[in-house]
Amino acid sequence: MITFVVFLPLVGFIYCAFLGKLFGDRNSQLVTNILLFVSAILSWIIFLRYLGPTETSTLQILNWMMSGTFSADWSLRVDALTATMLIVVTTVSACVHLYSIGYMNKDKSISRFMGYLSLFTFFMLMLVTSDNLLQMFFGWEGVGLTSYLLIGFWHHKESANKAAIKAFIVNRVGDFGFILGIAGIFFIFGSVQFDIIFDTASNYKDHTFSFLSFNLSTINTLCFLLFLGAMGKSAQLGLHTWLPDAMEGPTPVSALIHAATMVTAGVFMVARMSPLFEYAQFTNLFITFIGATTAIITASIALTQNDIKKVIAYSTCSQLGYMFFAAGLGAYNASIFHLTTHGFFKALLFLSAGSVIHAMHHEQDMRKMGGLFSKIPFTGTMMWIGSLAIIGFPYFSGYYSKESILENAYFASSNMGLYAYTVGIITALLTAFYSWRLLFMTFHGTTRASNDTFHKAHESPKVMTVPLVFLSVGSIFSGIFLSDYFIGSKENDFWFVSLILSHNDHHLPFLQTLIIKLSVALGVLSAALVYFYRKELANSLAQNLSPLHSLSFNKWYVDELYNNIFTKSFFYLSSLFWKRGDVRLIDEYGPNGVSRLINISSKFLSLVQSGYLYHYAFVMLGGLVIILTWFFYY
Amino acid sequence: MENNILDLLLFPEFILSVGAIAILLIGLFTTKKTFSSTSNLSVILLIVVGIIIYINKNISFAYFNTFFKESSFILFFQILVVIGSIASIIISSNYYKDIKLLRFEIPVLILFSTLGMLVLIGSNNLMSMYLGIELQSLALYVLAAIRRDSLQSAESGIKFFVLGALSSGILLYGCSLIYGFTGSTNFNDIFTSISSLDNLNLGIIFGLVFILVGLAFKVSAVPFHMWTPDVYEGAPTAVTAFFAIVPKVSAVALIYRFCLEPFGDFYKEWSQIIIFLSIGSMFLGSIAAIAQTSIKRLLAYSSIGHIGYILIGLASTNAAGIKGAVIYVLIYVLMNIAIFTIILSLKIKDNYVEKINDLSGLSKDKPVFSICIAITMLSMAGIPPFAGFFGKFYIFIAALEAELFYLAILGVLFSVVSAFYYLRIIKIMYFDDLKIPNYQTNISSKASLILFFSILTITMFIFYPSLIINIGSDISIEFFNN
Repeated sequence: MITFVVFLPLVGFIYCAFLGKLFGDRNSQLVTNILLFVSAILSWIIFLRYLGPTETSTLQILNWMMSGTFSADWSLRVDALTATMLIVVTTVSACVHLYSIGYMNKDKSISRFMGYLSLFTFFMLMLVTSDNLLQMFFGWEGVGLTSYLLIGFWHHKESANKAAIKAFIVNRVGDFGFILGIAGIFFIFGSVQFDIIFDTASNYKDHTFSFLSFNLSTINTLCFLLFLGAMGKSAQLGLHTWLPDAMEGPTPVSALIHAATMVTAGVFMVARMSPLFEYAQFTNLFITFIGATTAIITASIALTQNDIKKVIAYSTCSQLGYMFFAAGLGAYNASIFHLTTHGFFKALLFLSAGSVIHAMHHEQDMRKMGGLFSKIPFTGTMMWIGSLAIIGFPYFSGYYSKESILENAYFASSNMGLYAYTVGIITALLTAFYSWRLLFMTFHGTTRASNDTFHKAHESPKVMTVPLVFLSVGSIFSGIFLSDYFIGSKENDFWFVSLILSHNDHHLPFLQTLIIKLSVALGVLSAALVYFYRKELANSLAQNLSPLHSLSFNKWYVDELYNNIFTKSFFYLSSLFWKRGDVRLIDEYGPNGVSRLINISSKFLSLVQSGYLYHYAFVMLGGLVIILTWFFYY
Repeated sequence: MENNILDLLLFPEFILSVGAIAILLIGLFTTKKTFSSTSNLSVILLIVVGIIIYINKNISFAYFNTFFKESSFILFFQILVVIGSIASIIISSNYYKDIKLLRFEIPVLILFSTLGMLVLIGSNNLMSMYLGIELQSLALYVLAAIRRDSLQSAESGIKFFVLGALSSGILLYGCSLIYGFTGSTNFNDIFTSISSLDNLNLGIIFGLVFILVGLAFKVSAVPFHMWTPDVYEGAPTAVTAFFAIVPKVSAVALIYRFCLEPFGDFYKEWSQIIIFLSIGSMFLGSIAAIAQTSIKRLLAYSSIGHIGYILIGLASTNAAGIKGAVIYVLIYVLMNIAIFTIILSLKIKDNYVEKINDLSGLSKDKPVFSICIAITMLSMAGIPPFAGFFGKFYIFIAALEAELFYLAILGVLFSVVSAFYYLRIIKIMYFDDLKIPNYQTNISSKASLILFFSILTITMFIFYPSLIINIGSDISIEFFNN
């Protein structure tokens, strides 16, 4: 069964790549959708089977490589963690596949698009089902590759190409850490198999090594390197700059890659390696710090963005921050729980945004929207559901997961825990604010769109709205349904051996839950005040707090910083190497020099060929004398 | 062993010499269509000779044993020479008719020259060797100057003659030194008398050097190559074709045999000379050809370069070297036949193509010819999958086996340089503009058959290489077993 789940999307891709042109776009859409839905249904069946305590099952497909003591297999490992990832990935992917039929129906290369989506899903499934680090890295890189292809899908747009390259390169920075981590793990543990690593991890608890005369803890270092990879994939502070730019891709891509799958790969990896991370005290602090800081900074950026997709993209970064600080505090189950619920409601938000964009004829600027609720009530409702879920409105899915993360932070009883808790609450407020700002600016109030566009705005076709329904169901009910298993009374049975659980049976005191709810309410109300009742307040606020506003509006100048520090210096260096090193030195004395020399000597040799008989005889006798002289003195 | 008269009559050199004289007489006494009848008769005679060489391979002539020798190496080269002569007569007959150079002496001279080559390839004695060389060269001197009314042709004939005489003098001086120091002119006797020596004395070394210099002149190895470009350019193209295809082969066979048979034990001495000649030839062949504008001059330098590669096989002095040389020479002959067939039949406004630029845009007018030239050029440059690649490949294998790494590396480097001018021709044909739209072709059906066959072999070699490679390895094994 698991084989089908993983390989059906690959079949879809192969179909699109080789037969897509032959049988037409419609068939490609049909085939990939059917395969994906089958895959999704099968993964739900697998997931339901894993609700009780179930042993990890590993299905070896074939040996990949064998070199000395190094060995890596292609195999599919399923446990509760993988099963959870399977449903998230395949469900969202199936919805996105279906949605793409409507969203991309006027595109020229539908087959290619569907093929890429399926290929992406395959790589993601490969990543989550791997039983060793190398196969995981294969999926990891495959996801990176296909995200490059998908972000740059509209390759006629220069900005899309730039964004695709940026995503790829920023990910490479993280991958560098990841692959160093893999190599280090093989060096220390002698294997890249998860089971072996996890079983022997405790032996290396106090292991240290010396690097540049610093004595470093081995496990901390390895986990730090792995986390660098996770930071790149999951767009954590420092390596987050690619994610907002990646919104250049088609909206279904944003929903698939940047809501449910690729960006969560980092969180998944940390959770998967939890038996190892458990021993990495320092790295956990670092993860918590980075996660919390990412959460608040990116949320603050989301406050002022005007592009509807960028707001959601920054909100994704922020939510990923939540997941990471939960993981850093050892609450892997809460982290994965938030990952799951977030997968649903963020995909819902993205696809609804896509529906809005579709209705507005590819207008993404919220300043040119407003009052759309009357025109597209269904999409509006969906957006409301998604927003309610993301701010953690009681009984929506986000409520359970976010609450449990904050709960863990509160009871972590450390300074870092307190920091994370405080930041979590403030971020919840900010989240509420920017979510409602988005809703008000898009759907309510008087419209700022041109008359023409506004009147032409229409509800999306069924093929786009049906996936929204699926996802909204997930957004509303996944919290209630899953909380028992993920974080509640049945957590031990459910996670069994796949995660390291931190046991706390406490519940947040009433006062604290009240604070959380009040801060969320404050966020919503202030957004309502600023963007609905007193619109002029927005501008005056922006002016009065202009340093803060521009800091947020310009994304804390991270892009500019990177541009000045890295890009420019690298351009300078590479142009130095190119113009001085390559052209002046290597080309000049290498190929060009040699060919010039050959030309000159060729001309010279032609001159020697003077046509005079005595010259020729002279050369002959000269040659004879040279040879004789050589032998005479030899 | 006694010889009966019938065996003597079937001696191929004997048949060839009698036949050549007969054809000369026929040419003298017929009045109509002398040229075509003599050339047809010559072709038939050569075919007969070739067959007899092949049939008689096992007959040994005890009486001549001091002068001649039989081995499959000799047999192969003799047949190759005969085939080359046949091909060069056939591909050039239309050309001679076209430029009104209908001299019946031409095929007869080719016959005598071929006779000389057969003699020198099979010679087992310094005397017979010299006899063969002179017979071959005298015919060639006349052929080079055969177009008496052309200043260029006469000039090239004179140059060739004077320099050839100089080289013959050097060669003969070497022969006399060898005779003086060993007391024999027979290869076997020379071998036995010097094999008792620990080191060659200076007299024998000088003799060896002088003879090798004379032979190097015949194969046109640097620095004894100076005549080649001038003679190639000055002689009528059909004669150039003969020069490029046939005499080189015989000279290569002789230089191999001379080095490996009487002086086989002292390869340390002569291989220094051969390596020097080889590197010089590869260098000059690849570098100097770049500045050429005339196709014939370019081919002259190209043939100098090829000789350089062939000499690598000799310098390696192992079975792989013989094998490589056999394969290389065969492919070299095929490639030259192909390219000269085309040059001899491609005309622009009543003139045959001479300059490389004359070919510009040829592909638009004569696509079949262009593809043939392109294939030949790629093969000469040694680019797979064409046959030329395998020639170079086996030669380099030999050099590697003999641990002459630097020679192999230099060979590869020079072949990269030489690829430039081969590819330039292709570039000119395919990517330059068509300047003269009226190319004409003048190719007989027999010549086109030969062209087709040679191109086919060059192209298809990769599919059935064992055919030729096995011949090469058989010859090399036998060569080193005797």
